[in-house]
Amino acid sequence: MNAPVNAQAWPDRLYDVFKRARIRQVAYVPDAGHARLIERCRADPDIRDIVLTTEEEGVALAAGAWLGGDRSALLMQSSGLGNCVNMFSLMRSCRFPLLMLITMRGEWEEFNPWQQPMGSIVDDVLKLCEAEVYRVREPGEVEGAAERAVQQAFGNERIAAVVLSQQLIGKKVWTK
Amino acid sequence: MSSASLEPRLERRAAMAALVAGRDDDLLVVPGLGSTTWDLAAAGDNDRNFYLWGAMGGAAMIGLGLALAQPQKRVAVITGDGEMLMGMGAFATIGVQQPKNMAVIVFDNGVYGETGMQPSATQGGVDLLAIARGCGIATCLDVRDEAGLADLAGRLKVLDGTLFARVLIDPAEPPRVLPERDGVVLKRRVRAALGLADGAKV
Repeated sequence: MNAPVNAQAWPDRLYDVFKRARIRQVAYVPDAGHARLIERCRADPDIRDIVLTTEEEGVALAAGAWLGGDRSALLMQSSGLGNCVNMFSLMRSCRFPLLMLITMRGEWEEFNPWQQPMGSIVDDVLKLCEAEVYRVREPGEVEGAAERAVQQAFGNERIAAVVLSQQLIGKKVWTK
Repeated sequence: MSSASLEPRLERRAAMAALVAGRDDDLLVVPGLGSTTWDLAAAGDNDRNFYLWGAMGGAAMIGLGLALAQPQKRVAVITGDGEMLMGMGAFATIGVQQPKNMAVIVFDNGVYGETGMQPSATQGGVDLLAIARGCGIATCLDVRDEAGLADLAGRLKVLDGTLFARVLIDPAEPPRVLPERDGVVLKRRVRAALGLADGAKV
């Protein structure tokens, strides 16, 4: 885990974690930071990829998946977290596992100021919702953080969020 | 209001009873919070019911996750118009997934019965059948009478493709019948009924 990791390789390490954890349903509202991971999941016949219209759908989906014995993961951008808050009540009331991978916007070299209001409160919102938060800033930390989040979510039936810092993902290119 | 309001509508408790009468162990039912949860409890408790006391807007998506995880079972989400309207994007998500073993049934009474009978958007002319059709759900049924209800109940016994049904329901609210409300208990009994160990590392 301490060996240098290619900056482009961390989404593949997340995919490896999904496979080892036997994740069967992967739901997402797309984000550029998750593009590679989504591509890997879509190409995998053993993973059902589910594109959502809004992130809270994925919270409810994860509850249903667990009721039926499937492990799932929910991918989103930081702005999507705000859409989920009331639906987290379902997970807390029933102790459903929820594994979230959240790519950050609005915190590092952000060109779009409209990303800042939600981005700035992500960690606090997660803590208020009693989620376990695993902040990742370096590529080499990704795999270990994801492993711990998997254990927390499915082992302890909790909400666990891997928060992928914008520094890790890189600056969005605005000129084409 | 549409002309549909002038027709006699189905009574909700009888409608729910007709849909789950003689159910087998392969039918899992997710009602929405409020009236459809009381209706399902009134029809007889069952370990394969996952009653909701909250999560408004989430019933159809809970059903989708369950249907995808249990392709050999049949999943019926039976919810109200207000609950469905809050999570209407689920029609699009389900339309893309097309689970063969899933039905979404909306008891459409045109009002928010739990909060004082305020009119919902369906009373204001919004057509959930048209929305479901537009989202690619191939079988969409407009249930208005006993015969339609009997047809729907029959289809629930042998689902073969995603199904949506709007059932026109009388707005009268019968007395509440309250099921278990501990969410952890409700979760565990569904999983146990499916043979899943508590906290299983599946």
